[in-house]
Amino acid sequence: MATCWSKMNKSSSILKRSSLLGQSIPWQPIKMGAPLSARASSWWSGVEMGPPDPILGVSEAFKKDTNPLKMNLGVGAYRDDQGKPFVLPSVREAERIIAQKGLNKEYAPIGGEPEFGRLSANLAFGQGNEIVSSGRNVSVQTISGTGALRVGATYLAKWFPGNKTVYLPRPSWGNHTPIFKQSGMNVDGYRYYDPTTCGFDFNGAMEDISRIPEKSVIMLHACAHNPTGVDPKDEQWKEMSQLVKKRNLFAFFDMAYQGFASGDVDRDAFAVRQFLEDGHNICLSQSYAKNMGLYGERVGAFTVVCKDKEEAARVNSQIKILIRPMYSNPPVNGSRIVSEILTNTALNKQWLEDVKGMADRIITMRQELKDGLANEGSSKNWEHIVDQIGMFCFTGMTPEQVEKITTEFSVYMTKDGRISVAGISSSNVGYLAKAMHAVTK
Amino acid sequence: MSHFSAVGAAPPIEVYQLSRDCQADTHSQKINLGVGAYRTPEGKPWILPVVKKAEAQLAKDIDAETINHEYLPVLGLDSFTSAATAMLLGKDSPALKEERAFGIQALSGTGALRNGAEFLVQQLKKTVFYFSDPTWGNHGLVFKNAGFTDARTYRYWDKSTCGFNFEGLIEDLQNAPEGAVIILHACAHNPTGIDPSQEQWGKIADVMQEKKLFPFFDCAYQGFASGDLDQDAWAVRFFVERGFELFCSQSFSKNFGLYNERAGNLTVVVKDKSLIENMKSQITLIVRAMYSNPPAHGSRIVDLVLKDEQLYTEWRGSIKIMSSRIIEMRHGLRERLEKLNTPGQWNHITEQIGMFSFTGLTPEMCQFLLKEKHVYLLKNGRISMCGVTPSNLDYLA
Repeated sequence: MATCWSKMNKSSSILKRSSLLGQSIPWQPIKMGAPLSARASSWWSGVEMGPPDPILGVSEAFKKDTNPLKMNLGVGAYRDDQGKPFVLPSVREAERIIAQKGLNKEYAPIGGEPEFGRLSANLAFGQGNEIVSSGRNVSVQTISGTGALRVGATYLAKWFPGNKTVYLPRPSWGNHTPIFKQSGMNVDGYRYYDPTTCGFDFNGAMEDISRIPEKSVIMLHACAHNPTGVDPKDEQWKEMSQLVKKRNLFAFFDMAYQGFASGDVDRDAFAVRQFLEDGHNICLSQSYAKNMGLYGERVGAFTVVCKDKEEAARVNSQIKILIRPMYSNPPVNGSRIVSEILTNTALNKQWLEDVKGMADRIITMRQELKDGLANEGSSKNWEHIVDQIGMFCFTGMTPEQVEKITTEFSVYMTKDGRISVAGISSSNVGYLAKAMHAVTK
Repeated sequence: MSHFSAVGAAPPIEVYQLSRDCQADTHSQKINLGVGAYRTPEGKPWILPVVKKAEAQLAKDIDAETINHEYLPVLGLDSFTSAATAMLLGKDSPALKEERAFGIQALSGTGALRNGAEFLVQQLKKTVFYFSDPTWGNHGLVFKNAGFTDARTYRYWDKSTCGFNFEGLIEDLQNAPEGAVIILHACAHNPTGIDPSQEQWGKIADVMQEKKLFPFFDCAYQGFASGDLDQDAWAVRFFVERGFELFCSQSFSKNFGLYNERAGNLTVVVKDKSLIENMKSQITLIVRAMYSNPPAHGSRIVDLVLKDEQLYTEWRGSIKIMSSRIIEMRHGLRERLEKLNTPGQWNHITEQIGMFSFTGLTPEMCQFLLKEKHVYLLKNGRISMCGVTPSNLDYLA
């Protein structure tokens, strides 16, 4: 029986191996006969089917649907008004500039280029901030936001001297829990979303936070809370900051939507900067997936604000030790684009316009959806649609209503009633309003 | 008061520190023989022509909106993983024909090792793993961080002969507990450059089959070692033919020169294809909690090249250039050492294969080279042949 095998034994080599090169080795072809015995002798027989990803499940079902009016309001990726993926003009221009530079493909440092880290921290903390100028931040490039959270969680699991439990808002991004658990942290929660108002349960949050054991980790969504779209007001953030300080909790901010929420990068960083002002030495995960549309390039950053430069050096060394056995060093295609945009004045200006454009379109869709529901004659209060911010909207629809809107109108969303506003366009917002009214009236 | 006052300074990672030190050195004849990255005869990094062409094509595709920057699937670009797996196993592999092999895109070789190791711990509750003594500096950490609790070595390098301690290897594998995971270098062993012969691989397979040990191949140099993709994949394919289930991590850092794009693949070969969906679903959960989905750019480049007949041929030519240059430098170094009547045997330099050579120099000798001669190498005596060029050969010898 001729196989790739026979060729290999005959191939010549210019290299000497220790002995006996080119000698053919007798072999027995595998007998594929009894599946049962194959399964019994396989390592993998005990591997069970893992739970399906709820969000991917939505996309898959959507793809199979033949209704021309179908809408995919599942995955959180921005779409333009034609429903197409959007490559930012500033990104395109950055790519052209970078291509001219003829940069090489040599390994990046373990924590990525220091400049990228510095630029990311400055974006988050504000140009000229004291933390970066005194060098007391550790800012490393990571595999987007997920990677930043994983590096952070792993770092805390190993080095956090307090209670290795992270308190997530209820609800939180579905992936927060597995990231922290797989890193070795415990996961608990504090009240956040109020389903009766479709808004922020400020009193509930404050009550729960005041009961979190001291020296625990508290996770805060910097802006555009995922999945609810509900953010605390400025005054509420200030109070939360004081309480977190009083409780001696360690604040871990997840900022995946800076610029994307309000359209203004400084506005969206308000909470992070308030906490810094109040003296918290936070850690922060940042993502460029949404605000620069670099989803598949996997660009993010993880920052630890330290006491001083000396501590930063120690922390940095330990973080590198955690990154190396994960992936050695990060991919640069995306981070080079980010650095180019953030250092090139014209591009930076263009980017701020691009991101404002995306945020504005989303804000417009929110308004049109609310107006559309009013036009349909809905008597329900849909104020939360415009009060909420960012890519997602917690509509308040029940699982039954979600089921109905999917089967009867081919509108796809997650069971919790969350819609991705980015998936709405001016051509289908009317249809969506009609569908939502029909199932909720 | 800081949370992190008790965080001690970690020791710098040797290979990166070496590069930093070499960079800071102002000596005109300094040579960096540390990190394993290919260098041209002029000592410069090399972007492969096919990579440039692929990137130009991708730029056009973005303009034409046929591709964009959207998320890849969790397990990666399907077209890329199929091509990568087929490149490793051979298009005609029985495992592929029988649909019992698949690939998972990973963050280069490191990421593939980590994904595989995490799966073995989480799903098979593995605790024991073996790596060669010596091995790539990161193997132990990858597996430990993935949750393996019992790290053991199998003998490999024989200091006295500057050669292969095959008997020691066999003995150590004979004594391994059932189910232990064995990290094997598919070709161009890092750091020694010594690969088992085909007959020796046969004996290794015998022991592993008898003792029910699990093979986890690390294939970072396919094509780069001998210049021939199929030859370099011989050991992995042999194990597949022998009926093993195995993992193999693949890196495209060296053979495509895509070091900083982190393009890699974890090839999985199983006996029973009905288990594949379950396995994929579990690996999905592991990936999701670590980085969600892989970076697109590097995999798109590799995919483009592997699928285009012309580019693929051109690429194979480039691999030949790289591997040939290294072989040439090996011969050059050995000749000069022998001409200088340097004490000791130097045949191992040409008998070893791949990027690295285990010179047999002691830590003290390495220190001397570093301090007095500005030759930067790892203290275990490993030199990267890529750092050797026609212009520094004489100085080095």
